[in-house]
Amino acid sequence: MTQLIPPLAQKALSDCAAPPPARVVLRERGQREVFCGLTSIMWLHRKMQDAFFLIVGSRTCAHLMQSAAGVMIFAEPRFATAIIEERDLAGMADINEELNKTVSRLLERRPEIKLLFLVGSCPSEVIKLDLGRAAERLSMTYSPRVRILNYSGSGIETTFTQGEDACLTAMVPELPETDAAELVVVGALADVVEDQFARIFEALGIDNVHFLPSKKAGRLPPVGPNTKFLLAQPWLRDTARTLEARGAKHLPALFPLGAEGTTHWLKAAADAFGVTAERFNAVTEMPRARATRALTRYSDTLAGKSLFCFPDSQLELPLARFLSRELGMKLEEVGTPYLHSVHMAEELALLPADVRISEGQDVDLQLDRCRDARPDVTLCGLGLANPLEQEGLTTKWSIELVFTPIQGYEQCGDLAELFARPLNRRTRLAV
Amino acid sequence: MQLTVWTYEGPPHVGAMRIATAMEGLHYVLHAPQGDTYADLLFTMIERRSKRPPVTYTTFEARDLGSDTAEIFKSAARGAYERFQPQAMIVGASCTAELIQDDPGGLTKALGLPIPVIALELPSYSKKENWGASETFYRLVRGLAAAQPRRPANRLARPVCNVLGPTALGFRHRDDVREITGLLFQLGIDVNVIAPLGATPEDLTRLPAADFNVSLYPEISDVAVRFLEKEFGQPYTKTIPIGVGATNDFIVEVCGLAGIEVPDLSAFASNMPWWSRSVDSNYLTGKRVFIFGDGTHALAAARVAADELAFTVVGLGCYNREFARPVREAATELGLEALITDDYLEVEAAIARLQPELILGTQMERHIAKRLGIPCAVISAPVHVQDFPARYAPQMGFEGANVLFDTWVHPLIMGLEEHLLGMFREDFEFNDSAGASHLGGHGAAEKVADAVAASAQAGEGAIAVLHWAPEAENELKKIPFFVRGKAKRNTEAFARDKHLETITLETLYDAKASYGR
Repeated sequence: MTQLIPPLAQKALSDCAAPPPARVVLRERGQREVFCGLTSIMWLHRKMQDAFFLIVGSRTCAHLMQSAAGVMIFAEPRFATAIIEERDLAGMADINEELNKTVSRLLERRPEIKLLFLVGSCPSEVIKLDLGRAAERLSMTYSPRVRILNYSGSGIETTFTQGEDACLTAMVPELPETDAAELVVVGALADVVEDQFARIFEALGIDNVHFLPSKKAGRLPPVGPNTKFLLAQPWLRDTARTLEARGAKHLPALFPLGAEGTTHWLKAAADAFGVTAERFNAVTEMPRARATRALTRYSDTLAGKSLFCFPDSQLELPLARFLSRELGMKLEEVGTPYLHSVHMAEELALLPADVRISEGQDVDLQLDRCRDARPDVTLCGLGLANPLEQEGLTTKWSIELVFTPIQGYEQCGDLAELFARPLNRRTRLAV
Repeated sequence: MQLTVWTYEGPPHVGAMRIATAMEGLHYVLHAPQGDTYADLLFTMIERRSKRPPVTYTTFEARDLGSDTAEIFKSAARGAYERFQPQAMIVGASCTAELIQDDPGGLTKALGLPIPVIALELPSYSKKENWGASETFYRLVRGLAAAQPRRPANRLARPVCNVLGPTALGFRHRDDVREITGLLFQLGIDVNVIAPLGATPEDLTRLPAADFNVSLYPEISDVAVRFLEKEFGQPYTKTIPIGVGATNDFIVEVCGLAGIEVPDLSAFASNMPWWSRSVDSNYLTGKRVFIFGDGTHALAAARVAADELAFTVVGLGCYNREFARPVREAATELGLEALITDDYLEVEAAIARLQPELILGTQMERHIAKRLGIPCAVISAPVHVQDFPARYAPQMGFEGANVLFDTWVHPLIMGLEEHLLGMFREDFEFNDSAGASHLGGHGAAEKVADAVAASAQAGEGAIAVLHWAPEAENELKKIPFFVRGKAKRNTEAFARDKHLETITLETLYDAKASYGR
């Protein structure tokens, strides 16, 4: 346990340079115990303070939104559902006319809205309601006061965090043009993490750092051929592609989970912006040491323990890399709803060769494998956690990982603690 | 198209899940896209169930549309049968699958499974959760019990009834069932089948063996018990045993249906009547209470509030239109207009306007109450994790009445404390903005109560804004926050009546004399 954390990411960097070993990925289709993309509105609506998300869907969508987080957030949410009714479907009401009325009612009630997303759902996709046209039409009415964009968070096209990908992708064409050499950090981060990263970039001497999404939707980062971007989250396939189409360059890196991941991620930006190794070390040395210190508190609990990850947010691969390399956990299976081989190349290269990686899901088969493996910790969604606990397994709810600040040096200990807590609890309980 | 922020009811297939999850040996194959599995967590997290709901979702994707979604359904249904070996299956579609019209019933029939398969038609774009639960239960009862013979009357044995209506995710259903079956047993009545909670499909085939049915939750059981009455001549209970009076009425009703003597009721004492009559409860007299929930629970709460706690009901309503009629009738008897709506913003506006001292509502009203700084107790679904207590806490029967007394009175500021707050408004440690001393306070109460008053005023629209003289305004602030909003409204209404432009100290006290408390 003395040297769990590599001194720096040099080792990781050289590992990445080698072509990743060919891996067999288990691909499954069947019942998926995952959320649809609408669920990412749960954090997006808090992140972008002048934006509003109007789901055009069914009662199921509305019910999902109030049940998914396990709590109702009654601080007037910045989302709502326009529920399609029988008369809309039967053609008794012109559905576009109804949508116009709904938007007008909403904007009257919430005059502070600057950016309105019309969010497509399974039913709106199936009836082929053209929300792109609707957004254009409504933009003409409400521009310039309100900008109206659209994307789909439907379950037939998106899984959970892919909703954020679709949302950001819809924003990319809105970003102003620039020729300046600037850095954009893409993916919603907790405010505290965003501020920490901003301070580190400043200390590194990288100016003009922008975050997408930012707290104000009106403050969009500019983008152009000299833009370089880091992905802060692993679920941004389409956003990255759209940014690249505008000439921006993706900086491949590990995701900023754990000390190793954070260092590698920051180093990718530092190298791209010509920061010297000395300066990089000087800036990151202290927080890196703090992160290492914070992790040692949990290494006794977690080292040698086995982990089984059900697919949920696409954070599973980076998490597994962090837990295996920095805390010595043994990986049984790492499931992900979707595996992006390019964005995940660095992560895959650092995972043990023998770990089973699965993409997609057939939940009953995966539960069989999990029961066979009897892992010490199972990372899974809320629908599975209590039933597995009842079977004697120790679980960690995966949704907590997207609602907690876990990225960056200062959060390494918190992230480890999330996995240590259920084990700790099991040890303490005598009932 | 309806603009919704929060909903009182989920879609009808969630109602069907409440039936399937309540039962044993039944499996539900649901044609649904990815994401609809969110409904599992209602049961595993909110209700803390330790088993997954017995539901298989087909999880079709965009690329499957128009090609082989029907095949996906068939293989999911076949796979579910093989893996779970249920006694019976229900099959149906969620809102999205309803649009692609794959006919789950027909597809499953074609599989020729060796068990009863009941197809559900649950129109997602016009119906809601309670309707879905009721329809599912009715279809199961009809499908499984209809072919059975009726039990021959055997007057020598103890009378037998079924207890129908309790589901998964119901408000205190688990405890109500225990309370009511215990009561029935003490009365000398045996229980044949409790359903859907804990029943198997095989149990449902035995329903006709009972003499009568106890319909505990009409939202769920009404259609089924009407069918059983028509098909098997089984009468059913109409009284919902919530509160002491209703429980006594229920006892008389079931004894009548069972053909037995009504026993001496003093054996079934509840503490509630004495708790309510003891002088300590004097301060509860005329407390203004707003009641909202499902029709059945709202009606029951209104009776308990008025007759058993001597509260004044100032608002009564329900979110399920199917039960609007009796709620309207009850409201009329109380001199009120019922609020029938599933728009929580309308409910919030009504509460802000009425300024009640206590809200008896659902999880939604609890949030409204928090925002408005008004005490609240939950009496009905929709429910949250806090509404599934570890302890035994029925709503029904005599123990249920005890629970109602405790949970409704608890959020209020207690009698003597209320007086002290009225007398010494300006004590820096002990004042109304600190809230009830046994509740740890709700710091922002004063501000919130003022906001309520302001929003209530704003709601009155065109009426000219009255001017408050400074000394009257100061005096108003000496009135405890829990009645201040009401006092302000009354005074302003009084001033308008008298065509006064400025409210003085005199006006304030004139209004007080004119209105009473």
